[in-house]
Amino acid sequence: MKAAYTWSAILVIVFASVVGDILLARAMKQVGDVHEVWRRSGLWSVVVRVVGNGNFFLGVMAMAVAFFSLLFALSWGDVSLVAPAAASLTFIGNAFAAKIFLHEKVDRRRWIAALLVAGGVALLAG
Amino acid sequence: MFAAAGDSMLSHGMKQTGNISLHHLQGVILAVLNPWVAVGIVLLLAFFASYMNALSWADLTYVLPATSLGYVLLALVAKFALHEQVSPLRWVGIALISGGVGFVAGGPALTSHEHQHSEFPPFAKDAKDGAPTEEAVSSGVPR
Repeated sequence: MKAAYTWSAILVIVFASVVGDILLARAMKQVGDVHEVWRRSGLWSVVVRVVGNGNFFLGVMAMAVAFFSLLFALSWGDVSLVAPAAASLTFIGNAFAAKIFLHEKVDRRRWIAALLVAGGVALLAG
Repeated sequence: MFAAAGDSMLSHGMKQTGNISLHHLQGVILAVLNPWVAVGIVLLLAFFASYMNALSWADLTYVLPATSLGYVLLALVAKFALHEQVSPLRWVGIALISGGVGFVAGGPALTSHEHQHSEFPPFAKDAKDGAPTEEAVSSGVPR
C-alpha cells in the first residue's frame, strides 16, 4: 500500500515538474532572448516582462506543487527510490511534452540524449 | 555561440552544484545553518535566473540535459573535495549523462521558433507596448 502511495506521489511530481518546465520554457520564449531585451530596454524591463508573464506565474506554481509532492513522496518512500525515479521520469516526460506542446524538433539525437541522461541520473541518484 | 553556450551551461552547473551540496551541509553542520541557508537561497536564485536565461534562447530539450551536468559536477565535488567513495555504478551514470549532453550539444540549440508566431497568440499584445517582438528578438538568436 505504501508503495502505491509513493508511486502516485512520484507520478504527481513528474507531472507537475513537466508542466512547470513547459510553462517556464514557453514563458521565456514569449519574453524573448534575455540578452536582447536587456540590451534594448534594460534589466528592469527584463524583470517586468518575466514576472508579468502569466505562463511564468503558472510555471512557478507547478514547480511549487512538484516540490511539495516531493516532500510527501519522501515521507512515504525511500529517498533512493523517489529522487532518481522522479528525476529520470521527468527527463523523459519533458522530451515528450516539449515535442507536443512546444513544437521542438525532438530528433533521434535528442531522444538518445534524454534517455542517456535519464539513465545516468537514475544511476547517480540511486 | 558554442563558447557562450558552454560558458553559461558551466556556470549553470556550478551554481546548481553549489546549491545541492549546500543542502547536504545544511543537515550536517547545524552550527552554521543560517549563513549556509542564506547562501543556498542566493545560489538557488542565481541558478533559476541562469536557467530562465538559457530557456529564453534555447530549447527545453537542449537546456535540460545541460543542467544535468550539475549532477556530474556534484559527484566530482563529492569525490575530490569531500573525499567520498564514488561507486563504479555512479561512474557509469556520470558517463551516461556526459554522453547525453555531448549528443545534444552537437545539435542546434533552437528548433522551435519557426512555429512560434502562430502557436503563441498572446505575443501580439507585446508588440503594442513597443517592446521588441518575438520576430525581432529571435532573428538574433544564435543557431
